[in-house]
Amino acid sequence: MPKALKSTVSVSELAGQLMALDDLLASCMRCGLCQAVCPVYGATMKEADVSRGKIALIENLAHEMIKDVEAVSQRLDRCILCGSCQSNCPSGVNTTDIFLRARQLMVAYKGLHPVKKIIFRFVLPHPGLMSFGTRAGSWFQGLFLRKVNEKTGTVEAPLLRPFVGRRHFQPLEGRSFSAKSGAIDTSAGASGIRVAFFPGCVPDKLFVRLADATMKVFEKHGVGVFMPDGLVCCGMPNLVSGDRNSFNRLVRTNLKRLGGGDFDYIVSPCATCVSGIKENWLRFREDFTPEEQRGIEKLQGKAIDITAFIADVLKANFTASEAKEGDTCKMVTYHDSCHLKKSLGVYAQPRAILDGLPGLRYAEMPEADRCCGSGGSFTLTQHDLADRIGRRKRDNIVSVKPDLVAVACPACMLQLMDMLSQNGDDIPVKHVVELYADSL
Amino acid sequence: MNANLVKEFVGILGKEYVLTEEADRQSYSYDAAVLAPRIPALVVAPGNQEQLGRTVKLAYENGLPITVRGSGTNLSGGVIPEPGDSLVILTNRLNRIIEINEPDLYAVVEPGVITSQFADAVSARGLFYPPDPGSQTVSTLGGNVALNAGGLRGLKYGVTKDYLMGIEFFDYNGELVKTGSRTVKCVTGYNLGGMMISSEGTLGVFSQLILKLVPPPKASKAMMAVYGDINKASETVAAIIAAHILPCTLEILDQKCLKYVEAHTKAGLPTEAAAILLIEVDGSHAQGVEEDADKVMSLCKKHGATEIRIARDAAEKNKIWEARRNALPALARARPTTVLEDATVPRSKIPAMVADINRIADKYKLEIGTFGHAGDGNLHPTILCDRRDKEEFRRVEEAVDEIFDTALKLQGTLSGEHGIGMAKAKWMEKETNRATINFSKNLRRALDPKYLFNAGKKII
Repeated sequence: MPKALKSTVSVSELAGQLMALDDLLASCMRCGLCQAVCPVYGATMKEADVSRGKIALIENLAHEMIKDVEAVSQRLDRCILCGSCQSNCPSGVNTTDIFLRARQLMVAYKGLHPVKKIIFRFVLPHPGLMSFGTRAGSWFQGLFLRKVNEKTGTVEAPLLRPFVGRRHFQPLEGRSFSAKSGAIDTSAGASGIRVAFFPGCVPDKLFVRLADATMKVFEKHGVGVFMPDGLVCCGMPNLVSGDRNSFNRLVRTNLKRLGGGDFDYIVSPCATCVSGIKENWLRFREDFTPEEQRGIEKLQGKAIDITAFIADVLKANFTASEAKEGDTCKMVTYHDSCHLKKSLGVYAQPRAILDGLPGLRYAEMPEADRCCGSGGSFTLTQHDLADRIGRRKRDNIVSVKPDLVAVACPACMLQLMDMLSQNGDDIPVKHVVELYADSL
Repeated sequence: MNANLVKEFVGILGKEYVLTEEADRQSYSYDAAVLAPRIPALVVAPGNQEQLGRTVKLAYENGLPITVRGSGTNLSGGVIPEPGDSLVILTNRLNRIIEINEPDLYAVVEPGVITSQFADAVSARGLFYPPDPGSQTVSTLGGNVALNAGGLRGLKYGVTKDYLMGIEFFDYNGELVKTGSRTVKCVTGYNLGGMMISSEGTLGVFSQLILKLVPPPKASKAMMAVYGDINKASETVAAIIAAHILPCTLEILDQKCLKYVEAHTKAGLPTEAAAILLIEVDGSHAQGVEEDADKVMSLCKKHGATEIRIARDAAEKNKIWEARRNALPALARARPTTVLEDATVPRSKIPAMVADINRIADKYKLEIGTFGHAGDGNLHPTILCDRRDKEEFRRVEEAVDEIFDTALKLQGTLSGEHGIGMAKAKWMEKETNRATINFSKNLRRALDPKYLFNAGKKII
């Protein structure tokens, strides 16, 4: 990453700012148990890649024992922010807080990558532009894409290799969900529940079928839906890159759009969006006005992932009527998304849904809750590392010989599709809500 | 460090496995002990036996102090490198399980294999590797041998030394020394494996281990006994062993631990109790296990337990063990710094030791929670503090010294399983005598004439 041309902060000043994290840093007792669960360390086995090593480096920088900011920053960027270490930490070290805040200080010191700057400041805040890009992309993609796997429907883009690498992905489905549907405002039906629908960027633009499936669930269960025009990204890509200002702007826009609505829950098929609203909007609410803070707190209490909504709120009846044997019954396994299990504590619900669906037999894969290496923007900036981590997930999936693999996070879906397709495995990747909606 | 020498290491190991950048080297400057970090000049990660041998030879010839590091979980500063032109050798790429021999009940492994991954692999083959140190999910088997790691099962199943059948290591010339065998009995030559146990990286560099495996127990039963008086809990421990019952687990938690664990987990623990015992008996026959469990229960009652909770199934057993598993996390969350000691006393001295620890806590105005392996006298007094508060940390250091003093007075030992490292080296003579230190120094000088293998640790 290029150094900022006009860094207004000196290393000593940066060190002083990092000292604000001292109480958080001091809680790490260097036991090293994070090595057992850290996906990046699992791939490289380098101490600087595990949370203990990163915390030591931040502490050393804060105490000016090291002055090479770029070297520390590079190492801090090698973290998916999956939260595995935090959920396994005996001392309860708040690693997410530490790493998010440290990255913000680093960005303030050295500036944001120019490509990120354009995306965060000009693309993400403009949903119309993104929807147009999706549509335009869907017209022309045929020129670039080559099918690589009939069964999983994945493609690669040999001509675009400098931009997308050798990734296998799914072609754009056409118009974005929000462009198709426009604003939605329906009243509660049989369930008596009304929700705000926050589709998230990937279900809105790329996996439009997930947004459609979620809507079908709402419809079949008599749930009223409020989806205002102009919802923007939840801000997580900005936050993990240390760009607090553009994060704040996105949150503020979303607060305004959602502010007028009357709803019991805010539901998304994207675990990262839900954990963004539930944890990170709240975590950084200090930058907002008292009124906005009240809005954030209200949404925090209402945010729920679609699988938890189906299982815990709708209390859908999952008992499949038919016997789960024979050739027609497909075997499904499930990958725990980090933001779903480790941030939101949702892991029983998706399994209960899968277990109850007709025609599916559930099998647990080894290390089901080990990070797949996606982490949203991590896979864009650290592709080789994401690949190495993903191969372990691929091996675990394949080891149970499933007919399909289910997840409940669009970012994990992208990674799993890529990993399986690269290896020539004919295992389709499905979101739990797709499978559930199909059964309705 | 001399650039040509670095090039020679790169020649042996490849560029990727020779770490020279400051930020990388800084991340190998500490372990889990509360001690100041020291930055090595070079860090290398050999990927096979041959590379390891050549690395040791090159480093020794050039007079580099060598510290071998597994996962860096040491609690006594044992893998904090020497300052200056020093070398850290990482074992984590030497992580192959070479053989698990079911008929002959042994396994051959490289030193960087993770303890619990090995135990799982062994278990998948229907066998059992019992040593289970608290750091087992990350600790390495090489580190376990170098520290003679124990764990919860020590009372019945022993510790790492009871499972080391043979070992291969590189001497200071980079020559491979082989000792022990794949047989149950072996009296060929000196018992060099015994010498390598708890040598803390000071005598040679391990390259391969032969470990004993045992058949797993087929039945087990777990329970929790609650006491209003910690002495009664200790009497129960002595009575259980006097009755010739060897529980596989026999753990104690004192009142302060209970208070913190309950505050942290809200699991419904008896916070009014002075102590609890967690007991598990196991064996190859369900009936025998039941009989042992009944006997243990009546001994608990007889010696003043106010309540006994029996686990009827795996879920209930899990609930009981949760208290033990949460002891350290709960204490660690109370204050920023956790100083975890492992002074060990003869079993019968546990009440005296616990009373003294509480007296020391009062004297130095510190919070100390105590839990540990009551069955083998290995206690973990855990001091809750903030290393940034210099005045408080001085009191911590004085308290630690007094805890050691007390353990020695009670005919105990400085360290049951965490090692001597840098933290306790100055105490060695007090536990032993001058002649022992001199003998150990002579031994060390013969095997490490330039004093480069983990200098400044263990025997100084």
